[in-house]
Amino acid sequence: MINRNPQLDAQGALQHLLTTEGLPAAILLQILDTAESFVGVTERDVKKVPLLRGKSIFNLFFEPSTRTRTTFEIAAKRLSADVINLNIAVSAQSKGETLLDTVNNLSAMNADMFVVRHSQSGAAHLIAKHVRPDIHVINAGDGSHAHPTQALLDMFTIRRYKQDFRKLRVAIIGDILHSRVARSQIHALTTLGVPEVRVIAPKTLLPKMVERLGVHVYHDMTKGLKDIDVLMMLRLQKERMQGANLPSQEEYFKYYGLTSEKLALARHDAIVMHPGPMNRGVEIDSAVADGKQSVILPQVTFGIAVRMAVMSILAGQSVAKGIE
Amino acid sequence: MQLPDAEAAYKNLSAQIRADHEKDFSLVGIRTGGAWVAERLHRELANAKPLGLLSTSFHRDDFAKIGLHTQTKPSEIPFDVNGAHILLIDDVLHTGRTIRAAINELFDYGRPASISLAILVDRHGRELPIAAQYSGTAFDLPQDEMLELQQNEQGKFSFRLYRKSRSE
Repeated sequence: MINRNPQLDAQGALQHLLTTEGLPAAILLQILDTAESFVGVTERDVKKVPLLRGKSIFNLFFEPSTRTRTTFEIAAKRLSADVINLNIAVSAQSKGETLLDTVNNLSAMNADMFVVRHSQSGAAHLIAKHVRPDIHVINAGDGSHAHPTQALLDMFTIRRYKQDFRKLRVAIIGDILHSRVARSQIHALTTLGVPEVRVIAPKTLLPKMVERLGVHVYHDMTKGLKDIDVLMMLRLQKERMQGANLPSQEEYFKYYGLTSEKLALARHDAIVMHPGPMNRGVEIDSAVADGKQSVILPQVTFGIAVRMAVMSILAGQSVAKGIE
Repeated sequence: MQLPDAEAAYKNLSAQIRADHEKDFSLVGIRTGGAWVAERLHRELANAKPLGLLSTSFHRDDFAKIGLHTQTKPSEIPFDVNGAHILLIDDVLHTGRTIRAAINELFDYGRPASISLAILVDRHGRELPIAAQYSGTAFDLPQDEMLELQQNEQGKFSFRLYRKSRSE
C-alpha cells in the first residue's frame, strides 16, 4: 500500500486526525458514536473521566484562536489529560526557530498528542509525518485546507437533529473559497451519504472547479435554498472585504446574508448552523442567529464531546491493534 | 465442563434479595449482562424506584491496553445517587476490576449512602478486595476460560463458555 492514508495506521485505525478527506465512513461514524457517550459526562456531578490520566496534550497554536483552543482544552481536561497551551505566534517562531525544531523540543518533553492550528495548509501533515509513532496529531485548522473537528461536530449536530444523512439536502453558504471548514464539511457530508450538497456563494468566493468535490453550485439564495434541510453558514472574514472579492458588507448582506425571509425559502423544519464567530448583519441576521431554527449554541456544546471522542480514540489506538 | 444452571442461579439470587426487602435498594445493573439481570429483578421484585444502568468503559483499567469500548451505551442513572442505598448488579464476578470501575462511575454521579453487590455467579479469581453480598451460585474456572451470560427471546438466562483469544 503505497498511497496509504497518512491518518490511518497499517490496520486502518485512526493514527492522526488531519482532514475528513479520504476518511472511511466507518471511522467518521466511530467518532460520532463515541462522542454520543461523552455528551452525558458534562451533566454529572464529576464532569471528568479518567481515560487520559497522565497524558500530556500540547495545544500548538501558530495562529490566534480562542474558541477552538478553549474547546480542545476543555475536552482534554474532561478526559483528565494535562494540557499545555503554546501560543507560538508570539514565542519561538518569532525568535527564528523552525516548525520542526519546535516540535522536536516539545516531543523531548514527552508529549503524547499535538493539537495544531497553523495558517499554512499542510502544517499538521508535516508534523504528523515527522513525529515518533506513539505521538498523535490533531489538525485544528490549517490554512484554507481543512478543519476536521469542526466538520465532525457539524456532522454530529446534523445527526442529532435530522437522524438520517441519506435523506438530506444540505447547503453551505458564504466564503467557500477561503474556508477550511467548508472543505472538511463537503468531504464529511459526501462520505456519510448526503445525496445533495449545495454551495451558495458569489463567483468571487468559490474555488475553481468546486463541482469536482461533488457539490451543486448556486449563486442565488432564492433558488439555492429551496427544499434545504440544513443551512451551514460560513463566516465572512472581514479582512477579505478589503480585496477585490466583494463590493461591500451591505451588498453582501443584501444578497447572501441569512434573514428570516430567506430562511423561509428552505424547508420549514430546516436547521441553521454557523461555526462561529458570527458577524451579525454580515452573513447572518440576529433574528435568525437567535431564532428557533438556530442550533449554533448546541454546536459549541457538542464540539467538546466530539473532541473528547477524537482524543480518546487516538490515545486508545496507541496500543489497541485489531481488537474487537 | 458442567456449567451451572443460570436460571437456578437467578432464582436463588432473587430469593436472597427478596428476603432482604427492608433494605429499600435502588437497583443499578452493569451493561450488558448485569443490566439484563437488573431489569428482570426490577420487574419481578416490583421495585418502585427507577432502574439505573451503568457503563464502566470510562473507568476501565485496561484502556491503555485495549482502547475504548464504543459499542456499549453510556450510563443512565435516572435518580439522585446522593444518599441512595444502591444494589449494584452484575452477571459474572471474576477479578473484581469491573466492580471497581463501576463504583468509580457511580461516584461520578454523587455520594451514595451505601453500595451492595449482587451477582449471578462467582467464578473466583479475585485480584481486588471485593466481595458480593448476594450471589446466585459459585464455582471454579481456570483463568483463560471466559464465562458469558446469554439471554434468549423469552428472557431466560444461560451461560456460555469461551476461551480467551491470544490477542486479548
